[in-house]
Amino acid sequence: MLIGSAGVIIALGVMVGAWVDGAGPARADDAESLVLYCGRGQSLVGPLIEKFRAQTGIDVKVKYGGTTELVATLAEERDRSPADVFWAQDAASLGQLSRDGRFSRLPDSITGVVAENFRSSSGTWVATSGRARVLAYSPSRVKAQDLPASVFDLTDPKWKGRIGWAPTNASFLAFVTAMRVEHGDDKTRQWLIGMKNNSPKAYPKNSPIIEAIASGEIDLGLPNHYYLLRYRAMDPNYPVAQTFFRDGDIGNLLLVSGVGVLKTALNKDAAHKFIEFLLSPDTAQSFLASEDMEYPVVRGAAVPEQLPGKGAMERVTPRIDLDKLSDLEGTRKLMSEVGL
Amino acid sequence: MTTLAAYPVPHRRRPWHLWVPAGVCLGGMLLPLVYLLIRASEADVGFLRNEILRPRTLVLLLNTLGLAASVLATVTVVGVPMAWLTTRSDLKARRLLTLLAVLPLAVPGYLMAYTLLAAGGPYGTGQRLLGIQLPRLTGFWGALLALSLYNLPYMFLNLRVAMQRIDPALEEVARSLGHSPMQVFWRVTVPRLRPALWAGTLLIGLHVIGDFGVVSLLRFETFSFALYKQVEAGDRIGAAWLGLILIALTSGLLLVELRFLRGLRLDPAGMASARVQRVVRLGHWAWPAYTLLLAIAFVSLVVPLGTMIYWFGQADVDGNLLGRWARSLGDSVSASIPAAVLACLAAIPICYLARRYPSPASRGVEQAMYLGYATPALAFALGLVFFSLRAAPFLYQTLALLVVAYALHFLAEALGPLRTALFVATPRMEEASRSLGHGRLSTFVRVTLPLLRPGMIVSLALVFLSVMKELPIAFILAPLDFHPLSLKVWDYTNEALYAQAAPYALTILLLSAGFVGLLLMQGPEERST
Repeated sequence: MLIGSAGVIIALGVMVGAWVDGAGPARADDAESLVLYCGRGQSLVGPLIEKFRAQTGIDVKVKYGGTTELVATLAEERDRSPADVFWAQDAASLGQLSRDGRFSRLPDSITGVVAENFRSSSGTWVATSGRARVLAYSPSRVKAQDLPASVFDLTDPKWKGRIGWAPTNASFLAFVTAMRVEHGDDKTRQWLIGMKNNSPKAYPKNSPIIEAIASGEIDLGLPNHYYLLRYRAMDPNYPVAQTFFRDGDIGNLLLVSGVGVLKTALNKDAAHKFIEFLLSPDTAQSFLASEDMEYPVVRGAAVPEQLPGKGAMERVTPRIDLDKLSDLEGTRKLMSEVGL
Repeated sequence: MTTLAAYPVPHRRRPWHLWVPAGVCLGGMLLPLVYLLIRASEADVGFLRNEILRPRTLVLLLNTLGLAASVLATVTVVGVPMAWLTTRSDLKARRLLTLLAVLPLAVPGYLMAYTLLAAGGPYGTGQRLLGIQLPRLTGFWGALLALSLYNLPYMFLNLRVAMQRIDPALEEVARSLGHSPMQVFWRVTVPRLRPALWAGTLLIGLHVIGDFGVVSLLRFETFSFALYKQVEAGDRIGAAWLGLILIALTSGLLLVELRFLRGLRLDPAGMASARVQRVVRLGHWAWPAYTLLLAIAFVSLVVPLGTMIYWFGQADVDGNLLGRWARSLGDSVSASIPAAVLACLAAIPICYLARRYPSPASRGVEQAMYLGYATPALAFALGLVFFSLRAAPFLYQTLALLVVAYALHFLAEALGPLRTALFVATPRMEEASRSLGHGRLSTFVRVTLPLLRPGMIVSLALVFLSVMKELPIAFILAPLDFHPLSLKVWDYTNEALYAQAAPYALTILLLSAGFVGLLLMQGPEERST
């Protein structure tokens, strides 16, 4: 017994020693490696990163996590961050890090590839793909001719208790921020109050909204476009439909995921190579469109048929300056002001 | 009976061999708290007035406390009969029933909530698979059901250890003095369950107060939900304040517990603690008993497992899946096994110190171990980022740091069962061993450790299962290229790719189930059969 215990203790000691020794800090400074903090799911972008590894021989080390958690981690790490590249789910977190001076400027050869409305004017980050805000509904309980033409029409009392939203979700907050930019704080406040009076049901994120429509809990919802496509892939008869509001309505906002290189990065060359790869129309952009059902941000990428508004997105979505979407603080204040 | 003997071991010297490891744990536990204080101190008065001191905070507080109290009442009322039935009655297949009662531990809380939610409604899995439309669980009642089912095994396990360790002589004496079985249960058995009840209460109270995944999915707003929103909006100062309020709340719970356990003595009447427990014949009461145990197992085990198997049926299995799956499994196990062992090893001196050398200091250290658990996981992890980068950057993003973080965060889970085991293990056996010439170490290994064994087994299982399921700490402290099963499940379900999530979710469930089964097999069950 005594010998056994001693054995266990020695074995543990050896194990601890081995981790500390072997794992070590992840700062690699040879040019052929890269540390990526990835707020996008491994399920969506993992194969793409593999492809980059294979294509360039650069050893990418990835830390996956929620964008929220990774921004908080980067904020704590400050200058000691091992990260070279941050790939985020939304423009607001990129804007926040950019404002804190955490990103270095990207070379013009990278920023020049994407349209002006898909990159930060400071040149510190670029979008990698887009997702659209849509109106999801139950085709059996909402007639097509009754569908609201604008997101502002959702405050009509006839929708009382029938709407679902995800008021804490980053995509929703970005949408409210865009509404403030486009229509001003007063009109946004009016809309939020009107919505609140219609007692919408609050969900933590987008997919439960779709499931709640399918289950009859609500009739309408405000999610992003690709979730329904995934439910349909599993079940072609899934009883939910989605549509855009009228052309240019703020409810049709196109949100982006994007990427920036940290000022403290040790592997800037590899980091730039990685971003160039993400923006290549034939490989990464086509992959994001066909596999993940997202809108490409550079011309020339193949876009699958199932994407709503395919080819007409420039007409459908409103044009919003991405840099202005970083005022999440103001949006949160406004929402807490109206009691949301 | 003979509880006149002094409970603590008489001692002259301070037991440094216990104080040093306990002090190290205490230090680690306080680091995240210090971090929160640093962040919170960056706030100004106007911020506090507008963001923290508002009626909304009170609503959140009441929601949180109401939910915690309701869950605790539910798990106690259901947990006591469950523990009694599986240890003291003549039910058949008690080991299997025990396993079924414990296995829901293997289901991550957010998955339990999700599958219960997805079962209801006209397009729910209930309707599609069985043709039965179940109600859709949301709000307070949904949260109450999901959190009660999720937490029930913790209460059950704690109570089970306590029931097994009650000296049957006490109950025999009570019966011989003319008490009815009911009176014996209320006057002798229940009071002896108090340490276990409190250990369970504390753990579950902290769970409910700290839960984010379940309440957000079932749409019931509590404190930690609000805290997460604050972090999401990039407001670390507001989040720190909410975190500190949460810790204050849980500290209140700790103080209440301390009061209730003060002066509690539960040593066995004699040296007969290994005597056979009397088995109660249930007669026709056996059927309601089976129904209760199986109904709970159905909702908390069959529903999640069935949903996952249904998803798995829809997954396309490609050649790469096996490799990715194996790596992910390796990552999970390489964190959870060492964390469980470390937490258990660290808990022993703390618990031993508080029981055998009772003093305000030693009990205070023991209580402080719950701080790590009470600190919201997100804040706990960020605090360790803050300190490790400053004090020991070579440890940052290593598996070692992740394991230490887990061991500290879940130490409280290891403490409860050990404490319960130590409460009923008489110090006089240790005294006897010392008087027979055995040294301190030899006595510990030959006498105390075997007495602690049932508690240790449960401790290891609890921490192992918690680490397998954990998310926020893994997000922040995991080494690069470290993708444990829990992160995989979160990732796929987050993107509504349920079929792809299924193999990983099933692995967590089956692996945890295997682990729990293995541990229960080594338990002291055989003595009571």
